[in-house]
Amino acid sequence: MQTLLFLSMILLALAIFGCLYRVLKGPSLADRIAALDTIGVNIAAEVAVAGAYMRSTAYFELVLLIGILAFLGTVALARYMERGKVLNAPDDPARD
Amino acid sequence: MPQTILLAIEWLSVLLILAGALLSVFSAFGLIRLPDVYLRSHAATKSSTLGVLCVLTGVFLYFASAMQTASMNVLLGIVFFFITAPLAGHLNGRAAYRSGVPLWNGTVRDELAEAIKAAGSPRSGTAGDTEAADPSGGADLREEAGTRRGGPTPIPGPEED
Repeated sequence: MQTLLFLSMILLALAIFGCLYRVLKGPSLADRIAALDTIGVNIAAEVAVAGAYMRSTAYFELVLLIGILAFLGTVALARYMERGKVLNAPDDPARD
Repeated sequence: MPQTILLAIEWLSVLLILAGALLSVFSAFGLIRLPDVYLRSHAATKSSTLGVLCVLTGVFLYFASAMQTASMNVLLGIVFFFITAPLAGHLNGRAAYRSGVPLWNGTVRDELAEAIKAAGSPRSGTAGDTEAADPSGGADLREEAGTRRGGPTPIPGPEED
């Protein structure tokens, strides 16, 4: 059972490296953002499996934390790619 | 609960974790091999979300059976990933289309360009100058979307590796 958990950790690491190839290679910015989002999701899954492998519940806050960080990073990068800025200042004349 | 049922649930949870890890590997494979941003985000969003949901459900069942602790953090993580992962994929695809990332050569139909053109033409006819003075780039978007399909823009196909 521990062997199967370790095997799934190796598979998740393989998936992370596959996404890393797309981050390095990807022709456009959107490719890199999608691959970075997938890397964040996979890291969260990897942390959860690592917690199950070590039989410790101390890592489960980290799953939520990595998920929230990956989502916010994806949203900020997508907004930056779409309009060239992330936040709208209230007194910005170019606000839309 | 009898020991055999707990053991069966434990094995089921480990198999769920393994299935989720395999789905993540397939998702990364699709992310590498598919030719286009939009097709890649299809692979990166759907199967990756299903994979992480399988993994987290398996971890929850593993801790419920092997250590008799129900972790609410993992349940919250399941709900959170189920909501946010497709949302991030949608945001990324929309931003890619609006910033002009070209479609694949083999794309047979671009319904969003037709919809943008159909929604844009009566509005620009009635609004007149205010529409043209709009600094948000709406006119550029329509023009670009109209000429996207047959335009001379070089479209990077599947990479030659």
